[in-house]
Amino acid sequence: MSTLFTRRTVLRGMGLLSLGLLAGCDDSSRLSFKYGKDLSDKIMGRTFKLKDAQGETKMLTSYRGLMPMVFFGFTQCPAVCPTTLARAAQAKKLMGRDGEIMQVVFITLDPERDTPQMLDAYVKSFDPSFEALHGTLEETAATAKEFGVFFEKIPSGSTYTLSHTATSYVFDSRGTLRLGLSASLTAQECAEDLLTVMEVC
Amino acid sequence: MNSIHANTVFSRRVKQVVLGCALIGMAWQVSAQTKVDDAWVRATVAGQPSTGAFMTLQADSDSKLLSVQSPVAKMVQIHQSSMKDDVMSMRQVESVALPAGKPVSFDPHGYHVMLMDLTAQVKEGDQVPLTLTVENAKGEKQSIKVDAEARALGMADHSKMH
Repeated sequence: MSTLFTRRTVLRGMGLLSLGLLAGCDDSSRLSFKYGKDLSDKIMGRTFKLKDAQGETKMLTSYRGLMPMVFFGFTQCPAVCPTTLARAAQAKKLMGRDGEIMQVVFITLDPERDTPQMLDAYVKSFDPSFEALHGTLEETAATAKEFGVFFEKIPSGSTYTLSHTATSYVFDSRGTLRLGLSASLTAQECAEDLLTVMEVC
Repeated sequence: MNSIHANTVFSRRVKQVVLGCALIGMAWQVSAQTKVDDAWVRATVAGQPSTGAFMTLQADSDSKLLSVQSPVAKMVQIHQSSMKDDVMSMRQVESVALPAGKPVSFDPHGYHVMLMDLTAQVKEGDQVPLTLTVENAKGEKQSIKVDAEARALGMADHSKMH
């Protein structure tokens, strides 16, 4: 019974896979990543509307033709934010010329303290191509929700710090969400999975 | 004559006592040694109000790090970050245990020192003075001064996260 079920599941899986291969660039095609999580079937992060350092409105479609890698954080984050941004810069270098289409988009979860100019200088110290976006508190919360990003203010003496999801979200050049990279991966591992995203679209 | 002799004896005694105290003091210092290695601070961009300081501490006897002070920050806290389901959580801790002979790492993935309310931008190459207060099991406090080098904000972190 259970063997039959397994076989049926495998067959169904193979069917889906071949459909996916046929479909190529289709939104429904699933990808297999060595290290990251395939998010091809997730509908996330499609409608955000935030501002860049120059005050211009940026949406997902603003990055068409590029491979946006979206990461949420804040500049007073001592650990995972600089580590992840430095990793992204390193992965971009490891990808060589292919890395040119990778666009790192850092979204602040702390718009009350992260001023646009400071944010811009912060991300550009990792790589001059990196971009930082900000919104109002409501826009920030809505964007985080749309990505399934958890964040929470933690009071700390007279100030506060933030706990937050440290996943990097990668879209393909047509704006389909593809890959979730956990903070535990190395730059080399990220680069390999990023190249897989590029192969498909 | 007699009184002069007595004085000499007295001053000799005093000297002995002073020397004895000094020796005890030195011995105490030796017994309460805490070694600080590879102390560094992440450089900031202009206007960034806080940053992290990192190092490795190793105490000779069971001790704990109570607090850190620095002239570059109006407030210094010890934080612990932890990762669960790819969510990075941060919390302030009262102290950090330093078990005898065991190196305790303060790195971006665990304990770290938060320098908050910075008085100025921390630039790459700056020497940031830190004063650590460590207490041993007997309740004796030791003050350790170190200069932590400011490393580039965009510096790649080579240690893998867990």
